[in-house]
Amino acid sequence: MDVLDLARWQFGITTVYHFLMVPLTIGLAILVAGMQTAWVRTGDVKYLKMTKFWGKLMLVNFAMGVVTGIVQEFQFGMSWSAYSRFVGDAFGAPLAMEGLLAFFVESTFLGLWIFGWDKLPKKVHLACAWAFSLATVASAYFILAANSWMQHPVGVEMVDGRPRLTSIWALLTNNTALAAIPHTIAGCFAVAGAFLVGVAVWHLTRRRSEETAVWRSSLKLGGVVGMVSFALLAVTGDIQGKLMFEQQPMKMAAAEALCHTEQPASFSIFAIGDVTRPDCENVKSITVPALLSFLAHNDFTSEVKGIEDLTKEYKAKYGEFYPVDPRLGELSGQPIDYVPNLPVTYWGFRFMIGFGALAALAAAAALWLTRKGRMPASPWFRRAALAGIATPFLANSFGWIFTEMGRQPFVVVPNPTGVDGVWMFTARGVSGLTVGEVLTSLIVLTLVYAALAVMEVFLLRRYARAGIAGVMPPDKPAAEKKSDDELAFAY
Amino acid sequence: MDLALVWFLIIAFFWLGYLFLEGFDFGVGMLLPVLGRDEKERRVMVNTIGPVWDGNEVWLIVAVGATFAAFPGWYATLLSSAYLPLLAVLVGLIGRGVAFEYRGKVDSVRWRRNWDRVIVVGSWLPALGVGLLLSWNVLGLPIDAAGNRVGSAFASIQWETLLGALAIVGFSLVHGAVFVALKTEGDIRSRARRLALRIGPVALLPLLGLLLVVQMRTGSSWTWLVVGLVVIAAILALVFLSAGREGRAFALMAMVIVGSVVALFGALYPNVIPSTVDPAFSLTIEATASSPYTLKVMTWIAGFGAPAVLVYQGWTYWVFRKRIGTAHIPPVRVP
Repeated sequence: MDVLDLARWQFGITTVYHFLMVPLTIGLAILVAGMQTAWVRTGDVKYLKMTKFWGKLMLVNFAMGVVTGIVQEFQFGMSWSAYSRFVGDAFGAPLAMEGLLAFFVESTFLGLWIFGWDKLPKKVHLACAWAFSLATVASAYFILAANSWMQHPVGVEMVDGRPRLTSIWALLTNNTALAAIPHTIAGCFAVAGAFLVGVAVWHLTRRRSEETAVWRSSLKLGGVVGMVSFALLAVTGDIQGKLMFEQQPMKMAAAEALCHTEQPASFSIFAIGDVTRPDCENVKSITVPALLSFLAHNDFTSEVKGIEDLTKEYKAKYGEFYPVDPRLGELSGQPIDYVPNLPVTYWGFRFMIGFGALAALAAAAALWLTRKGRMPASPWFRRAALAGIATPFLANSFGWIFTEMGRQPFVVVPNPTGVDGVWMFTARGVSGLTVGEVLTSLIVLTLVYAALAVMEVFLLRRYARAGIAGVMPPDKPAAEKKSDDELAFAY
Repeated sequence: MDLALVWFLIIAFFWLGYLFLEGFDFGVGMLLPVLGRDEKERRVMVNTIGPVWDGNEVWLIVAVGATFAAFPGWYATLLSSAYLPLLAVLVGLIGRGVAFEYRGKVDSVRWRRNWDRVIVVGSWLPALGVGLLLSWNVLGLPIDAAGNRVGSAFASIQWETLLGALAIVGFSLVHGAVFVALKTEGDIRSRARRLALRIGPVALLPLLGLLLVVQMRTGSSWTWLVVGLVVIAAILALVFLSAGREGRAFALMAMVIVGSVVALFGALYPNVIPSTVDPAFSLTIEATASSPYTLKVMTWIAGFGAPAVLVYQGWTYWVFRKRIGTAHIPPVRVP
């Protein structure tokens, strides 16, 4: 393995890991702020219990999202310095804005919320909950604007061989970003919804279930959130797909393992055999005629380009060989492979959709089976609800793996209608590091992340099982009542 | 004044905010087993920074992120050249952040003891790493004309940079002890004060040494003045502390770090990273700055964002202004 492979593995591992924490944080934070609003407005203690319980689980997860996010901010410079130099003028701005306008708000008001119970006036405390939870969404917006610029660079001109920002507005309203943001946020709510359903069902199916009102409300909320977010995911995913056919045709051809241009093109549901190249001949696929044409262009008769034709176009436009450059390592002077890893893109795309649909199905089933106070006694119901927690996490991970692997070999994908020269091969973006350095960081970060995952899951389980009593211990007798000096909350 | 210079100053300001705020966070973490004699006292210490440590840490993210936006070449060269020290910083910060949040979540002596170890290591490591990084940045890195590091991962370690690592550690120790004395009451308060007085004269020496080394290399007459002020502020801080005036001592420690950052960035100007291979390869403010348009956009963002940060973070410190003692610590009530 050379520095390029190691740096890519590291970026992949740290980013997928980071995005296990982030969706749960974003989805739960907004829902908890909503629960607290319900409590402040109605005074119903049920909502207070929900706020405290789900808020605690959110906090266990929040810390992990924050600390793994720091790695991301540094990693561009550490492992991808050539990339950072090339894109900094445009790409650096949304990252810095995220820090200044969102991350500061998030971490400061989170501290105020955690330690502000019974200290701040009720409404001010509630405002803190909204401040940090909305700031997590703002964070996501800026980061996705930066990522979308890599998928579809806009708002720049070429000066001295580097893209230079000409319009921050164009970058922040990139159509790729405007489609990616609702899609990603809906993915966050799908995670939070399944989480609520899973944990609530676990409590409701215990032999001696307590606080049923709390769990019933949580279950209903989670189920509805899960179904609504799936509807949003489907709509925004379709919009994203259509954009992607224009902006990154190769990614979409790879998602379908569509070797030859077809008119009309059929959509592959399931492939039997090996989707790996080069000949594409031994793939037997179950297809729906003309559906791909419709998904790409809203027209059942349109043409969709295949991998072979696209490869020819890319070679003509961006060259057949990597330049001879010692910094390119093994790739120096080698032919450029314009086709992304087909098994990963093909199956990644299908697993994303499949697990997403499964999550929606689970939410719908949970709502239906528990309608009007019913509660299935079968142990399978409980197991399915718990397993359901994993489905939107998997869908998110596969979606990101698909979209990031699908843009290879580019790190900045050329915009077909953009300025000439604003694109970069991944191989050219990496830092001039030694293998030892990157191997060290890859091993260290992976081990640290693995250990922390064990800790987080351990704590989440412990607090989820303990239920309301774990976060709101019953009041002590008056004689032992705490003195006024005692802090309402302390680490 | 041109915007590139403005951004050089803004980045110096973010670093100042980071060293001042996270400086005492680091100090509290490093001194946890020294000043916290029992579980209650350790909880007092952790809770002095409980509501604020996360917000303090963002200053580092923003200092680095702003460098990316305003000086991509500076960001790329510094972070890739200092790869392994940065890895240590990251691992430390990751562990420490999680440890603060998790240490009290299970009622078990072993659980807390292990997380306390993470806090201690997670405070030492980033303090050392950040010191190394800053002194490398100011004293110069072995970079070629393209801004890439020449030589191995440890090519740029010299005794001066190790001094820089100790400088931030020493400052954080004293700053943290003064902070604990300022924010607590009872026995731990007086012990923190005595500790700061005892270690202060020695622990602040590496910082002074770093400033002198930088002065010898690249200093000008006005930066000598600043170094003089740093020395006076440090001495006065300890004097006020011995008189029991913790608030004033803390404010003077702020002056120490203000003066140090001014002296270091003053010596750095007009470079952003000097090259130790050939001065002609040094990265300068002018050469690495982003386009005027990007800098203008970022200036608007920082012009609104940064004062807002000062206001709401200032309010947080106001909300949690009361001293904490062992009597304030509630019993452990966790599942």
